[in-house]
Amino acid sequence: MLSPALIREFKAQVGEDAVFTAAADLMTYSYDAAPLEPVTPALVVRPAGSDALSRAVRLCNQNGLPLTVRGAGTNLSGGTVPPAGGVVIVTNGLNRILEINAEDMYAVVEPGVVTAKFAAASQAQGLFYPPDPGSQAVSTLGGNVAENAGGLRGLKYGVTRDYVMGLEFFDVNGEPIKTGSRTVKCATGYNLAGLLVGSEGTLGVFDRITLKLIPLPAAQRAMVAVFDQADRASETVSAIIAAHIVPATLEFMDNFTIRAVEDYSRVGLPVDAAALLLIEVDGHPAQVKEDAERVEALCRQHGAASIRVARDAAERTKVWEARRSALSALAKLRPTLVLEDATVPRSKIPAMVQAVNDIGRQYRLSIGTFGHAGDGNLHPTILTDKRDKAEWERVEQAIAAIFDRALALGGTLSGEHGTGIAKACFLEKETGPATILYSRRIKKALDPNNILNPGKIIAAAP
Amino acid sequence: MADIRKLRRLMRQLEEQLVVCMRCGMCQAVCPVFAQTGREADVARGKLVLLDGLMQEMLDDPEGVRDRLQRCLLCGSCAANCPSGVNVLEIFLKARAILAGYLGLPPLKRAVFRRLLAHPETLDRVVEFGAVFQKLFARPVNEIVGTSCARFGSPLLADRHFRTLAAVPLHRRRPALNTPAGAAGLRVGFFVGCLIDKLFPNVAEAALRVLEHHGVGVFLPEGQGCCGIPAISSGDTQTFNDLVRRNLEKFDSAGFDLLVTCCATCTSTIKKIWPSLCDDDLAARARSLAARTMDISQFLVKRVKVGGPAAAAANGRVITFHDSCHLKKSLGVYAEPRDLIRANPVYTLKEMAACDDCCGMGGSFNFEHYGLSARIGRLKRDSIAATGCAVVATGCPACMLQISDMLSRAGDRIAVRHPVEIYAESFSAEGRKG
Repeated sequence: MLSPALIREFKAQVGEDAVFTAAADLMTYSYDAAPLEPVTPALVVRPAGSDALSRAVRLCNQNGLPLTVRGAGTNLSGGTVPPAGGVVIVTNGLNRILEINAEDMYAVVEPGVVTAKFAAASQAQGLFYPPDPGSQAVSTLGGNVAENAGGLRGLKYGVTRDYVMGLEFFDVNGEPIKTGSRTVKCATGYNLAGLLVGSEGTLGVFDRITLKLIPLPAAQRAMVAVFDQADRASETVSAIIAAHIVPATLEFMDNFTIRAVEDYSRVGLPVDAAALLLIEVDGHPAQVKEDAERVEALCRQHGAASIRVARDAAERTKVWEARRSALSALAKLRPTLVLEDATVPRSKIPAMVQAVNDIGRQYRLSIGTFGHAGDGNLHPTILTDKRDKAEWERVEQAIAAIFDRALALGGTLSGEHGTGIAKACFLEKETGPATILYSRRIKKALDPNNILNPGKIIAAAP
Repeated sequence: MADIRKLRRLMRQLEEQLVVCMRCGMCQAVCPVFAQTGREADVARGKLVLLDGLMQEMLDDPEGVRDRLQRCLLCGSCAANCPSGVNVLEIFLKARAILAGYLGLPPLKRAVFRRLLAHPETLDRVVEFGAVFQKLFARPVNEIVGTSCARFGSPLLADRHFRTLAAVPLHRRRPALNTPAGAAGLRVGFFVGCLIDKLFPNVAEAALRVLEHHGVGVFLPEGQGCCGIPAISSGDTQTFNDLVRRNLEKFDSAGFDLLVTCCATCTSTIKKIWPSLCDDDLAARARSLAARTMDISQFLVKRVKVGGPAAAAANGRVITFHDSCHLKKSLGVYAEPRDLIRANPVYTLKEMAACDDCCGMGGSFNFEHYGLSARIGRLKRDSIAATGCAVVATGCPACMLQISDMLSRAGDRIAVRHPVEIYAESFSAEGRKG
């Protein structure tokens, strides 16, 4: 519990209506989309402008209050679950698109702008903002930058990191820090934006983000390749990459997921197929035609039982609806869904698909695997019921086993969901102890009181 | 106040429905209240967490939970967009009932529900009394929309522009009907609903004209009650069950093919809420009637085969259509009312942007949170006005009220009609003044 005097101070500095203290309000900021235990904060503030945001950060530091910044609370690693007694700063009140510059192809936004709204506003000016995380309809750009969010287009277009040109953020004292620029090139100072992207609110609080925009691709072609054997599908993925073709999207869906999607949405997927690849190439019409033909040929060479190329926009929409409904379809099967995102070098996709299947059998769990095979980022999705203690233990063991396999294959714990709380204790396995120590020193120097989202990424400092 | 452990036991009934929410937060994309406030307690995910907290003994504030649970339009946008298929409306209504049982109903609501709503004859007398004297406190403001405003300050009416009570409600004009099936070979039960009876009897008259025109027999019994939605949405299960029982007795032994209503809210209440929330002894009858209940436009298009390829004028009077949440999101009916409108060649249908965004009415939400309701309604008004239409149609009288208020307050000269009125105009000369 915070003292009444301190609550009055927050109200005076951030705004009377921007401070929530009722137990029932606080509880609604105790969780995000990760299946972790909720932790209720001591206070929630929702600033309506930069100045209020800066003052809220400073007040937290002055009073040694742990501070967790929250956008839409959709992340999957617990990055926005506050520590006990902490303050949650909600950024969805800072939701203005300040500038979309079509001439220089960049935009400046506040952190609470919703990803899909920004993408639509860019598109209205003939520009393309490619990062499209699954939660884009609600996720905020500030959250995307803090988590280095990915999406379906990572293979060709990269992830959020690749679009951050500059940042203005507040340090732990609420002082404004500027890094990067709205120019294509910028070689001044440390690349602090590089450090802050994916830092999950542990190093600073975003105020303004400058994002790169690119021209919209002129043409697309989508297709679905059906395979009788899952390893043929994953080998095809490796073959397409090895042939140096870069599709915009190259998605994999295993039989378990195919059946779930078909049960749910009846889009006409072949339920007998062992695996599907959903592929889209885009760019100049001539290139699209050539790439599509080469991809089709590679699919056939590697044993695709059939290939369906979308003939028009409606068919293309249908292809991606099937993919987008994968998570919904799986979510309907059991109460708890654990969505992992261990990622491997693309040539190791066949081995990883096999490993996930083996792990599912070993721990007697239902695992549907789908995801961004083209960039090595699969989503093994474990379906369970958290209330079943014995099964939940097996889930935790299976997650550890998936991580071990991904690392053994030269991969990473997380392609796009971040470390958060969920993966913090595994990080050392990936990086070694020196990296953790190095990161803790940076954190200690920039945040001596350890108030900026403590416990995330590098766990508790010793 | 009852024992809080008892409250927790009751909340446990919701557990299997509550665990379905995986906290993905996709409901934030579509919730009209959240779009205005950005507060997590206003969106379904936040409310489900609060119910979970109450059940798991992590939260000890039933009043706080009830107050936040009431800040919901029950529009069902979240449920329609939910990846996990959480049955949000049923959970919220059950939780409201459990909390009202535990905390008691607020005295005013209790009086209104138990003394008026539960007794249709008393309600009718009070409303008729009101209709006679409303001129004393209401002054007409917009003759196209048909709205009035308060002559002097009134906490109940605030600065609303409201539709006044009909001088002669439907139950005076047509107390009862019992006609045999005609050319269509069909006979319907006609459930009127409070708003249609007392504010928009012209809608029912239009529907009855249309049914007669197509040779559909009508069974319209005297003494129908409210569908019960105001009571159950405040958690008053007693009044709700009294009304369900009364209405079942009026209808379920009579011979007709389908029960139709002109009110999207009544239809969705009868179809979805009666069977899932009524007392066990009524459930079988409620299920059976629910299976035979249909929105009027759906009935006319699907069963009477009204509509078809109409020769709509390209330069007709511009009309736009608002999808009521209870019609589209709850019942999946959106093509049929448009077919009905297109069947009148005088009009040209022009879709508004975000035609299925909630208008912000939400029944008692409008009374409890008028400021918020009006902010949401204003967005709807802007979408309507941007079409440049002369008429806006919608299949729900509650939406008609809200849209009338919003248009009138903005000074728009746009008539608010029901699709069945528009269709009825096409063959009834006296309806053409619009």
